[in-house]
Amino acid sequence: MKFSGSDVISMQEFSKEGVFEVLSHAQRIKEEGPRVDLSGLVLANLFFEPSTRTKLSFETAMKRLGGEVISIDSVRASSIKKGETLADTVRVIEGYADGLVLRHPKEGAAKMAARFVDCPVINAGDGSNEHPTQTLTDLYTIWREKGRIDGLNIAVMGDLKYGRTVHSLVIPLSMFDVNLFLISPPQLEIRSEILNDIKRNKADIHKSSFIESLIGDIDILYATRIQEERFADPNEYEKVSGSYKIDKKLLNGAKKDLILMHPLPRVDEINPEVDQLDAACYFEQSANGVTIRMALLEMILGGVLDE
Amino acid sequence: MNDKDLRVGSIKDGTVIDHIDAGSALKVVQILGIDENIEDIVSIAMNVPSAKTKTKDIVKVEDRELASDEVDKIALIAPEGTINIIRNYEVIEKNKVNLPKFIKEVVRCPNRNCISNTDEPIKSEFQVINKNPVKLRCVYCERAIEQNVSEHIK
Ligand SMILES: [Zn+2]
Repeated sequence: MKFSGSDVISMQEFSKEGVFEVLSHAQRIKEEGPRVDLSGLVLANLFFEPSTRTKLSFETAMKRLGGEVISIDSVRASSIKKGETLADTVRVIEGYADGLVLRHPKEGAAKMAARFVDCPVINAGDGSNEHPTQTLTDLYTIWREKGRIDGLNIAVMGDLKYGRTVHSLVIPLSMFDVNLFLISPPQLEIRSEILNDIKRNKADIHKSSFIESLIGDIDILYATRIQEERFADPNEYEKVSGSYKIDKKLLNGAKKDLILMHPLPRVDEINPEVDQLDAACYFEQSANGVTIRMALLEMILGGVLDE
Repeated sequence: MNDKDLRVGSIKDGTVIDHIDAGSALKVVQILGIDENIEDIVSIAMNVPSAKTKTKDIVKVEDRELASDEVDKIALIAPEGTINIIRNYEVIEKNKVNLPKFIKEVVRCPNRNCISNTDEPIKSEFQVINKNPVKLRCVYCERAIEQNVSEHIK
């Protein structure tokens, strides 16, 4: 895949080889440190929606590579929003920066932004659609922990309907030779077009509402947050939320080398008693986000790896 | 008034849209923007016996040769349709409707949270992922329209 000067909008655009190019580059940074110096370059963080983690990890990544960061946070962004289209905002900011990172509440915002500017645009979340840099972080975490992705039994659990991290993640996972378990309450099942897409790929897809009977077979358990407001009936929420709590008792039945992941923030899906277990990988996963973003910035802004 | 005047007959100049799925003619008329303000003579024949399919609808628009972007729209709801351009009672051009790879502007994205449903200076745009039945995917929000495409035409 060509990365130098390119956008990162959707995991749909990534080949399996493209994914591995990013993962192996991240691994090299982890082991040997950065390869390029991005001093003199400016990255613009445009966050039209609150996000601490993603924003800070892009900032950290750019600074570790020697570059500068300018940013709009969600409060200032909302005042811009009143008077100006996003198409105008990104064209103005393009005049200040060498690359744009965009988080926006509307689905397709990053795709649109990329059509209006020449500089690279990185999608840091567009509504409930996609969050590709989180996905690359997740794939990197799986690959680092297990040494492979093929052959694994991977369960993705929680809100599969609205969660953008889930949408982005199941697309590349389905390209691998994995058993992919999609675990959600019926109200929060994955959207049919995404299911149809991933069914065409290599992975074996299994849908279920409960984790208990599967926990002994799973290598990776990827949990996401279920938001109460997604349910019209609070009783319905109570009923399902109980079945997605991860605690020591549940993990007693798990494989010894199970890896538990979560894109964070968590609310009460994972009991804090689990944090000390070897399975708990979410803080490492979060730290890996910086490495992956460094890798992407080196490849996109620094032209590393391109012939 | 004789029999001939009562029947829908040949037209001298204009466009005949043939092989429309039975029952879809009124939608074709709507897509073409034909309403009480239009001065062209429009004839609609519904449930006409046909060899190809069981029955079909036909729409004839006199003195108007359809532009290609109008034809694209028709392909969304009449995938088997043919467009005949008539000059002086002769069919001078006959084309099957052909759905392009991408449909711009004609269809509204059903996802209310899609960037294409905002004030941004962009046109809606869909990738055609299946021609018959028509299935579309929004290039912005990636949502699919897998059935009843006609309900989403602007
Ligand atoms: Zn859309």
